[in-house]
Amino acid sequence: MQRIGVFVCWCGSNIAATVDVKRVAETLGQEPGVVYSADYQYMCSENGQQLIKTAIKEHGLTGIVVCSCSPRMHEATFRKTAESAGLNPYMVEIANIREQVSWIHKDIEEATVKAIILGRTAIAKLLLNTPLTAGETGVTKRALVIGGGIAGIQTALDIAEAGYEVDIVEQRPTIGGRMAQLDKTFPTLDCAACILTPKMVDCAQNEKIDILSYSEVEEVKGFVGNFTVKIRKKARYIDEKKCTGCGICMSVCPSKKGLNEFNMNLNNRPAAYIPFAQAIPNVAVIDPEQCIKLKTGKCGLCSMKCEAKAIDYTQQDSFVERNYGAIVVATGFKIADLKYFNEYGYADNKDVITSLELERLMNAAGPTKGTLLRPSDNTHPHVITFIQCVGSRDISGCGKPYCSKICCMYTAKHAMLIREKYPDTEVHVFYIDIRTPGKNYDEFYRRAVEQYDVDYIKGMVGKVYNENGKLMVQGSDLLSNEQITIASDLVVLAAAIEPEPSVRKIATLLTTSIDTNNFLTEAHAKLRPVESPTAGIFLSGMCQGPKDIPETVSQASACAAKVIGLLAKDKLKCNPCVSISDDSMCIGCGTCANVCPYGAITYVDKEFRLGGGKTEVRRVASVNEAVCQGCGACTVACPSGAIDLKGFTTKQIMAEVEAVCKR
Amino acid sequence: MQRLENLMKAKAIELLENGSVNRVLGWTAGDFYYDNTPAIFNSKEEIEKSFVYNSFCGANLSKYLVKERKNEGKILVFLKPCDTYSFNQLVKEHRVNKDNIYIVGIECQGHLSIEAIKAKGIDGVVGLEENGEEVTVKSIYGDKTVVRGEVMLEKCLSCKSKKHVAYDELIIVNEMAEADSMKRFSKVAELEAMTADERFAFWKSELSKCIRCNACRNVCPACTCTKCVFDNPESGVDAKANADKFEEKLFHIIRSFHVTGRCTDCGECSRVCPQNIPLHLINRKYIKDINEFYGEYQAGADTESKAPLTSFTTSDIEPGSNLKEGK
Repeated sequence: MQRIGVFVCWCGSNIAATVDVKRVAETLGQEPGVVYSADYQYMCSENGQQLIKTAIKEHGLTGIVVCSCSPRMHEATFRKTAESAGLNPYMVEIANIREQVSWIHKDIEEATVKAIILGRTAIAKLLLNTPLTAGETGVTKRALVIGGGIAGIQTALDIAEAGYEVDIVEQRPTIGGRMAQLDKTFPTLDCAACILTPKMVDCAQNEKIDILSYSEVEEVKGFVGNFTVKIRKKARYIDEKKCTGCGICMSVCPSKKGLNEFNMNLNNRPAAYIPFAQAIPNVAVIDPEQCIKLKTGKCGLCSMKCEAKAIDYTQQDSFVERNYGAIVVATGFKIADLKYFNEYGYADNKDVITSLELERLMNAAGPTKGTLLRPSDNTHPHVITFIQCVGSRDISGCGKPYCSKICCMYTAKHAMLIREKYPDTEVHVFYIDIRTPGKNYDEFYRRAVEQYDVDYIKGMVGKVYNENGKLMVQGSDLLSNEQITIASDLVVLAAAIEPEPSVRKIATLLTTSIDTNNFLTEAHAKLRPVESPTAGIFLSGMCQGPKDIPETVSQASACAAKVIGLLAKDKLKCNPCVSISDDSMCIGCGTCANVCPYGAITYVDKEFRLGGGKTEVRRVASVNEAVCQGCGACTVACPSGAIDLKGFTTKQIMAEVEAVCKR
Repeated sequence: MQRLENLMKAKAIELLENGSVNRVLGWTAGDFYYDNTPAIFNSKEEIEKSFVYNSFCGANLSKYLVKERKNEGKILVFLKPCDTYSFNQLVKEHRVNKDNIYIVGIECQGHLSIEAIKAKGIDGVVGLEENGEEVTVKSIYGDKTVVRGEVMLEKCLSCKSKKHVAYDELIIVNEMAEADSMKRFSKVAELEAMTADERFAFWKSELSKCIRCNACRNVCPACTCTKCVFDNPESGVDAKANADKFEEKLFHIIRSFHVTGRCTDCGECSRVCPQNIPLHLINRKYIKDINEFYGEYQAGADTESKAPLTSFTTSDIEPGSNLKEGK
């Protein structure tokens, strides 16, 4: 028979204000199997833990129930406490009487009764607990970073700096990401390329970093410390090892109709191209959709002119498989689709552009060589209207409910740069609110208003329409309470940002969670912001939520610190709560392997005695305990009830259900 | 029918004699003309002496192959179209070894229910004469002609397919009429149209007849566990099935859940039920639900396809959506 101790935490007034903790402790103390019960102000404190340890020793407890906050918060704490007092850490059960009781109930009587029921439930489960021992696995001392933007670059550089090998997988032909497309960066207005390209070069030159550009993650197997990842290297029709990046292929390529993605499709590029001058790797790529040779078999000009003999029209996608201890997601963002925002006329007017397009129009390496010319007729615009919050903070369902965070700042930057370079230009900005928290941010915005005379109008735009070659921006000025129409030459939309769409597939591959806006979810919003809830998966940059460059770089380094912490370990403790199959009941039907998301189940032929000297060979399930993550999908799918989850057996769960239902 | 039986016997003898198989799974005569039983035949003599095939051979032989898997050598089995679905499902679940089985798919015009014949006031049946839709039942009290459709087994009346989905060869003498697989859901639709109380009353009255003889479970080709949860005190559900005053509902509901997505709707559960409980309706309801939620799926139609309940696609319905009240 077990000797159970029950410890009821007040959590200051968090629990005690709504739950009669004394009554909970007394009532649970009467439960069969319980030999000791106590309540204390902060059970997780040093003194609280000491109380538990002393009780375990003095009363010879075989298991403890802690009625406190969510097990996500302090289960690990109390397991350690129990362990240090000589108990098996898996003889600890948590009854969550904070999140599930005190925080959601107002009535003390109701809350107290519920707390008692949850305590009884934990006791019922604990009575069936058995001591479990965690195994150990090794750690592959190599990290994978998915995405080669500033977030991925910074994380990779920091990991490499600590001496670990790291691979960057980038789906585009070059690393650099969105930051490479930007002109200047707020709040100091240094040129994006000037500060980014040295980091890109560092990546290329660092012998610990391997850049797999134009590649995608295809398959992920394994678990924390031991991931196996299959990477597809897309055919670039250029031998990466031979190409010198001379650019001859670009200049001779007769196909010039491909849209230049790097310039936000504002101009064209050849079928054989290097995305931009500072691309890393500085290797060309051939667009098979545009290449005449690949489409019709006739041409081959680039191949004839290439001195390095790097062109290979027969190249196919290839695959590499590598092992990693940790995986970082740094997939970044894109500008949200504006198809639901017809009122701004983006699709109909060439001179209604997004802010990212404006970045390219103002960039010296952009389609206009840095001269601000409007796309329709290449003339200099004299009246420019910016519209903020296009698709952000939108609860109508067409856009995003969140604030994209960077738009206020970059709009102020654009306005200022234009006024600086073209003082004859009139600049208007429509805004809902101006949000500029951050070091030197508000000062930056104020400079736009006060020093550069940018006309900020609080209000939203209802319509943009073309009238005699002018873009009429119709909106309301909330401060003067009037409807205004501004005849503009160029309209710039601060479109909402959204996670790069490929993150959905990657989240599925990594079995990590994603929120309703497709941002990856962190393990804890405040306390574990760079870890995903899936062990060994880390988040860097915009994939986790909107953020600007300084914040992205900070998070990227934080992420690297977490990865380094993991890779520095030689052994990891496994979760002992894994599936176990009873051979005598297993019929080898294959259902469990079908539903297992981790590929932890295989089948083996085993010989069984039948009695009377006879034996029989049967196919039965075999669980790889190192791979099993204890999700329990197999236990509910098994038709024979042969497979069970240690620490969460069917019997334990049924006992909990009975305890909840018992009156 | 006699010709079909003769062809089957000849085939069995041929394969036994030439060593292709070492035993045959078929039907043997029982005490009466109408209670044929599945049986193993090991020799030409046994076949000649007691092998039968007539319209009282509704039993699905697929399940018997699970036990036969333990024995050496190749076995010949005669399977009706619906039996081949069960066979495929067993292959899919690794319960039978296809390499050691030779399947002869046989013609099926629907099998007869002795209860339905008795209900027509015919007793002491000693033979049948079949002529298309007309069946002349010979009895010790004389002959009587009935319409075939009125005396068939329920599972044959709601036949899902006349197509063999697994076989090595076929023996078909007379053409088989196409079956309408969707027709079988009409009774389920009737139950769905009831109010929750009416439906509860219906099932309570039906399931209360259950005597827990376990015949439904024992005959079911999807029930092949080495240790059934209802026979296992460790499972935690064995006693649950008995503790309630309306105990049988739990037994049947748990059992039907266990076979959901795997049940081929062979109808054996209802055929063998001594209390004539329409057990197939529970399974059929789940099949209909699966069809509606995940697109049409027939368990056992092949041996490779992924079953909707044990595979995930992003187009799967979300919990709560599409689940109408009363379903």
